[in-house]
Amino acid sequence: MKELSNSVAIVGVDESDEIGTLPNVSQLSLHLQAIHNAVMDAGLKISDVDGIFTAGQHSPALLGEALGITPRYVDGTTVGGCSFIIMVGHALVALHHGLCDVAVVSHGESGKSGTGVTRSRDTSLSGQFETPYGFGGAATNFGMITTRHMHDYGTTLEDWAQVAVSTRAWACLNPKAKFREPITVQDVLDSRALIYPFNLLNICLVTDAGGAVVLTRADRAKDCAKKPIYVRGAGEATEHTLVTNMRDLPLSRSTKNSGHKAFEMAGVTHSDFDHIMLYDAFTSGPPIMLESLGFCAPGEGVSFFQDGNSTPGGSLPINTNGGGLSYTHSGMYGIFPIIEAVRQQRGECGDRQVPGAKLSLVNGMGGMLSAAGTIILSHET
Amino acid sequence: MLPKCGDCGTAFFYPRILCPHCHSRNVGWIQASGKGKLYSFEIAYRTFNPAFKVEAPFILAMVELEEGPRMMSNLINIEPDPSVVKCDMAVEVVFEKQTDEVTLALFQPAR
Repeated sequence: MKELSNSVAIVGVDESDEIGTLPNVSQLSLHLQAIHNAVMDAGLKISDVDGIFTAGQHSPALLGEALGITPRYVDGTTVGGCSFIIMVGHALVALHHGLCDVAVVSHGESGKSGTGVTRSRDTSLSGQFETPYGFGGAATNFGMITTRHMHDYGTTLEDWAQVAVSTRAWACLNPKAKFREPITVQDVLDSRALIYPFNLLNICLVTDAGGAVVLTRADRAKDCAKKPIYVRGAGEATEHTLVTNMRDLPLSRSTKNSGHKAFEMAGVTHSDFDHIMLYDAFTSGPPIMLESLGFCAPGEGVSFFQDGNSTPGGSLPINTNGGGLSYTHSGMYGIFPIIEAVRQQRGECGDRQVPGAKLSLVNGMGGMLSAAGTIILSHET
Repeated sequence: MLPKCGDCGTAFFYPRILCPHCHSRNVGWIQASGKGKLYSFEIAYRTFNPAFKVEAPFILAMVELEEGPRMMSNLINIEPDPSVVKCDMAVEVVFEKQTDEVTLALFQPAR
């Protein structure tokens, strides 16, 4: 994959017209708004799009139909919230080989309101083997990883709370963020106890939102409206679906493998990054990802969030959009850290701009660290 | 009962038609000891599924069975308090009959 580094660029990004609580906007409309906005951002036309990549309930065929186009390349890989990050890598390969010329990766989810969502009976393995004991939803599974991390490495509830505090500090600077009031570690510890080891402020938002990313080959990218942001590396991996089958718990084998592939393709190392976006469905997620990616020894990930290092003005800014914890989280959050990394690399982020950001890492999880996608973005080749 | 590979001897959970370790299809069943340790846990202060009728707080448990595999369950007969419940504590199975057709494998601190 090394020869594909920098061969493709992200040329358009945007959210749906609004994000938040939108009972009058269907899930499909969230997709279409985001695609339209991102294609406009790129200075392209919907009719230029010939590759559709999407995960979740709506197939790429439905998006093609709704847009009135007939894509010649489609991908519906659905392995959780990181699917969109993985699809940047898939789009890169497809574009490189000329299987399509303009690729759109799209997300739309009415996660809060459920508008246009098809409900179906749970016939999953988790439904069979775990629901009878009261399991249901991400918190009941991710907490297992978190409690074990605390046992193995002595991590504390105060440590996890730091992640919420840091992320909120960024959200205060993002006009699109849902929560924009600063919080303290004590606020997190005092928030409503839902499921030990998580209080309310350790858990992401639930919103309605769409987001889309437009990619094309580097030669064509130069003619688009905005500065091209090059895909320098991409990796993906999956391991399990049930947390009981996660071999390296509390570390993530899929994250380790995905990161390794992306770093190798980009020819970069940990210390090269000046901006990091990590999927934060729970406060324990980002530190565990940093450990799994090899940024530090197991158990030391929380140190990245201490002493203001990850906050505005800090030495290594993390989750500068305010994250799933404070900006938005529709369910499959993975498109949004890509959008933020592109905006940071373009220098469009106003008050929350990371000065001189040259190399962004985007790492996401699907399910409970079950799947992973990693991409490395830069405005330089 | 637990599925166990007849070739490499790996016990695993959930049941499937091949061994996830060596990929042999020579899979049989063994009687599990019912003993294990609490690998990890959560304490739920509300229910996360409207069909689940146990009153909160209750303990969600990931048990590592003596035979190797891990499974989800509940830990009962102990105070639902993080200063009392500890990872790696020894636990044993308690079968709780729900209906004539459904019995759940719950766990309690080993006696």
